[in-house]
Amino acid sequence: MVSTPLSKWKLAAITSAPCGAYMNYAEGLMASNIPTSPQETAVDFQEMGLQDKLLRKPTNQSITRMSVTLQCPGYPEDTLRSLAERLPCRETQLATLLALMGQPDQYSYPSVFIYGHRATGKSHVVLSIMKDLELPHASVDCVECVSSGLLFHQVLSAFFGPDAAALLPRCPSLSDFVRLYKQMSSNSPATQTRYIILDRAERMRDMDFSLLPALLRLQELVNDNVTVILLSEIVWEKFRPNTGCFEPLLFHFPDYSKAELVQILSWDHHPSYTPELYASYINILLGVFFSVCRDLRELRHLAVLNFSKFCEPLEKGEAKESDIHKLWKNIEPHLQRAMQTVYLREVSSVQWEQQQMDEKEATTLRVLSAHAHIELPYYSKFLLIAAYLASFNPARTDRRFFLKSHGKIRKTNFLKKHEKTSNHLLGPKPFPLDRLMAIFYSVVDSRVAPTASIFSQISSLVTLQLLSQVGHDDQLDSPKYKCSVSLDFILAISRTVGFDVVKYLYDFL
Amino acid sequence: MFNAAEMSEIPLTSSVSKGCFVFKSASKKRKRHVGVGDDENGSDRFRICQKLWETVQTNTEVIQDQLNKKVLDSLAEFIKKHGLGCSSDNWRQRARETPTAALMLGVNVPDHAMTFRSLCNLLQDSVTPFVVSVHAKECAAVKLLIQKVLEQLMGRGVSVDEEQEDDTALLQRTQCTISALCQWYKTVTKSLPVVVIFKDFEAFNSQVLQDFILICSRYTQELPFIFIFGIATSPSAIQHRLPHSVSSLLCIEVFHSLSCTQHLASVFDKLILNSQFPFKLSSRVIQVLVGIFLYHDFSVQNFVKGLQFSMLEHFKSQPLSMLCCQKQEALLSAKTLSKKNVERIRHLPSFMRYVETQEPQEQVQLLTNDEHVKEVCQQLLKNLHKYHKNYYPILQCLHSLTSSLPKFPLGKHIRELHVSCIEKNLWETEEYDSALQLLRILAKDELVAALRKCAEILKSTKILQNVLQQLEDFIGRLEALEGVSSEDSSGNGIISGKMEYQRTDLFQLQKTLLEKESRRTKRMNPFEVLRSQVIEFIDSLVREYLTPAELQPLNEVCYYNSSGVLRQRLNVTPRTSIQAALSHPFYYLQNESLKTDAGTISSAAPDLCIVYKLHLECGRLINLYDWLEAFLTVMSAAEDQDTNSEECGKYDSLKHARFIQAVSEMEFLGFIKSTKQKTDHVARLTWGGC
Repeated sequence: MVSTPLSKWKLAAITSAPCGAYMNYAEGLMASNIPTSPQETAVDFQEMGLQDKLLRKPTNQSITRMSVTLQCPGYPEDTLRSLAERLPCRETQLATLLALMGQPDQYSYPSVFIYGHRATGKSHVVLSIMKDLELPHASVDCVECVSSGLLFHQVLSAFFGPDAAALLPRCPSLSDFVRLYKQMSSNSPATQTRYIILDRAERMRDMDFSLLPALLRLQELVNDNVTVILLSEIVWEKFRPNTGCFEPLLFHFPDYSKAELVQILSWDHHPSYTPELYASYINILLGVFFSVCRDLRELRHLAVLNFSKFCEPLEKGEAKESDIHKLWKNIEPHLQRAMQTVYLREVSSVQWEQQQMDEKEATTLRVLSAHAHIELPYYSKFLLIAAYLASFNPARTDRRFFLKSHGKIRKTNFLKKHEKTSNHLLGPKPFPLDRLMAIFYSVVDSRVAPTASIFSQISSLVTLQLLSQVGHDDQLDSPKYKCSVSLDFILAISRTVGFDVVKYLYDFL
Repeated sequence: MFNAAEMSEIPLTSSVSKGCFVFKSASKKRKRHVGVGDDENGSDRFRICQKLWETVQTNTEVIQDQLNKKVLDSLAEFIKKHGLGCSSDNWRQRARETPTAALMLGVNVPDHAMTFRSLCNLLQDSVTPFVVSVHAKECAAVKLLIQKVLEQLMGRGVSVDEEQEDDTALLQRTQCTISALCQWYKTVTKSLPVVVIFKDFEAFNSQVLQDFILICSRYTQELPFIFIFGIATSPSAIQHRLPHSVSSLLCIEVFHSLSCTQHLASVFDKLILNSQFPFKLSSRVIQVLVGIFLYHDFSVQNFVKGLQFSMLEHFKSQPLSMLCCQKQEALLSAKTLSKKNVERIRHLPSFMRYVETQEPQEQVQLLTNDEHVKEVCQQLLKNLHKYHKNYYPILQCLHSLTSSLPKFPLGKHIRELHVSCIEKNLWETEEYDSALQLLRILAKDELVAALRKCAEILKSTKILQNVLQQLEDFIGRLEALEGVSSEDSSGNGIISGKMEYQRTDLFQLQKTLLEKESRRTKRMNPFEVLRSQVIEFIDSLVREYLTPAELQPLNEVCYYNSSGVLRQRLNVTPRTSIQAALSHPFYYLQNESLKTDAGTISSAAPDLCIVYKLHLECGRLINLYDWLEAFLTVMSAAEDQDTNSEECGKYDSLKHARFIQAVSEMEFLGFIKSTKQKTDHVARLTWGGC
């Protein structure tokens, strides 16, 4: 993995990250502030950069109650301290990042790839560092960049002002960007490392194929002190272009542990209640939700939503703050219900709040998935049923179902082996229009003229996404479709027209 | 559609309905002289038709507004609430939830346009000027979606495609991003929400939607977005399209609009079951229109279009439709009927039937004296109007009586009852009998309640006062029955009590029991007597007022009844017509020489028809050479008759070319396609022989 340019940059990074910069994990235990030797740092650093797994070790040993001091020359100490306070449970990552960045005027590693699940604080940590330390940076969300031009525009205007960005030609190419960047940076060379932060970097893969490799070694290309930080939810292996590219430093943000979640969530406690009470509330909340959801943002949302219900007995004077058990008994069923509704967004948060205020347990809100029923015109129903039959029955069995004198055909004998497995497990199969119409005419009870509106109903079923069109060649003479509704849905539909669909399904023979 | 001959007669007035008929001035001249020669009253008919159509239009719009009012108001309320509340509840901003309304509209997508139009107007008038509505068709990519939003909000062109050469260099080049929109929003500083309406949610590419929602959620603090999803199927469509990570950014509330069947029912009430509306549809026509609605599209708009079409057809094809207007006007035009039209009246089947029922003297008068016909005609028109006036209230009464019966013997909806009433004598049908049977066993309170409803209906119409009087009389008597009936039953009890003390002889007992049984069936209590009287009364009403419209003299004036034409025009079968054209070219070309017996192939027919008929005899794969041989045989069969040379059988290049052209036309029409299975073969795409 270690290639020659990489080791060069490693050296540069090490020189820019002097001894004290690295966080001292053992500090709390040793109760003294012994600076780590430069050699150790170098070793650590190398391993960290290349094998992020090592990083987890200190994290897991963890730091929940450890007071941490950050040392990083070149940055004001009190800012660093407040930064560390504002980023609970991310001290390790913060320290490592700062170490990577080195002193403001030193060259940093050209590109860093940070990955971790949703809401593990990737962008929050990086952006907090940038903002608090007032570093020159351009933060770009790649979802927004529908074209690479927008990305270039945002970067240039963040570093050199909108005037510079306006110099970009229409539909700028990568070389336009590099040229302009060079020109601008020669006028105002970087006194501090400039950072380009690309959030949701996985979207870059869909853009121009040369963009990602170029950005990874942008420092080399523009000859300026610039570092590209990529943030993503997926691992680097999924990014690496097959033509090869400069390997960025990989840096993993692990998920928060349960204890860490409690610590963070307890932060926004309600001013009128004690922090202890809120912490116990968070504990209860996590007891319910931790198994299904570890997304900090979502948990926080749920915590705020349900806190008023938790406090209800307190306000009524039915319980004291110390009666945790009583409070638990009150809130637990409520949280269970929340898991089934609000968490899945079946009920909007506003409706949930209103329901809490109304206090009427009987008035259960109609959840989103409760209205699964769809009113369809009569023939559309039959078309859908025919499509379902065509999707889930092997074509060879049509004779058996739709011919009057089909003879006695046993299920097992005349089918090939692979057809014996349940078609419902395999999912819908595509079928041609002819077959759909043939089945339609045999299931619909009356004589139906092949009118234009029958065919337009097929296409409106496609736009309603009850059917889906398969393949795009040869749409004129033999379009193919798939039926994309569930068995329950088709059962409900066929019940309304008095058609026993199960009798025609091969799987239920 | 409507023959423009009649219409171009009219000088353009202010009353011409908007956007329905567009005529180019070029075609005007040609049609004018046709119109004059044809019918001097065409203009009158057109005027009446226009007026009627306008009432139809305004009525349907009013109905639509009334029906949508509730859901639209609640939507506006929702947006107001969230527009104002966005600053107060901080936490939701932290969670970056965008308020979203899921508007359930039903599967009749064409009808949605009107709803969205009124929604847009309502929001722009009362809530916020920043309303954007986007269509899936225009938004195949996020870029285009954002462009649409920006264009509609900022009111000017935004450069999306940077390659696109814009001459608007003067105009400040705006980046097509939401951040640009943010900048703009800050300059406007009204702190009103920005509403984005996704008209057809299902049709949107889900990736586009996801990206757009993600981008918007980044800016919720600066830009208060509110989304409205127009959903045709069910709310679970949202969860099918959007993953949890995206749907967790939305705060969804569901709004239901009225179902299309209810909408149809109110349109039906307003336009068809209304004596004020002179144009009527016959039962067959109603069945065709309702059938198209229920079986095919669920679209009220299409139903109204169908009504419009039948109106146009009626006024075009029936010269006497000039009498199809309000009573006074109709009487006036009846007085001034032209000679031609009097003759036409004489030829009306319903008028002929009327004549036959008259005295011989009167018959002679009617057949010879024009003035007399005019007078009688006025009287008949009056009768027709009166018939309609009485018909609808009684129909409603009957419907309210029978709609609560189990299994709905006379139909669930009033339109079904209406259809069977105007089609035939209702009292002769089995369904009516069974309905009356069921009515005869109604309990007292049910009966009184049903009669009350009828009385309400009659009260509101202010006609048929004597019927109303009788009804109220019945209600009064039924209520007065209270004490009497209970007394009566107790009296019965005493008698039976006495009997128990007699000697127990088996034969005797059997006899007395039988006697008791027979007495019970014979003697009815006063309530039962009264109930059967009520039913008799209702039956008499039905027999008097709900007579079929066809029996009314001059019904042809108001009733449009060519359902065949309507079906042909509205429910088209393109494939059937192509096949008819190819197999019976005479049907469309009307050339005598093309008349052939079934099963034979005439060489006089166009090449395409010959090729088509020959291909019907083949299987799935057609050998081109055999086909060509057959084609040549048919061609030479014609030549054989006049030139008996040795050339026949040999084909020249001209015939070859004609064959190739016919085959490629077949391919163009989609009957065959080339296949890779065999080199000199083509595949048939249709099945079935000749």
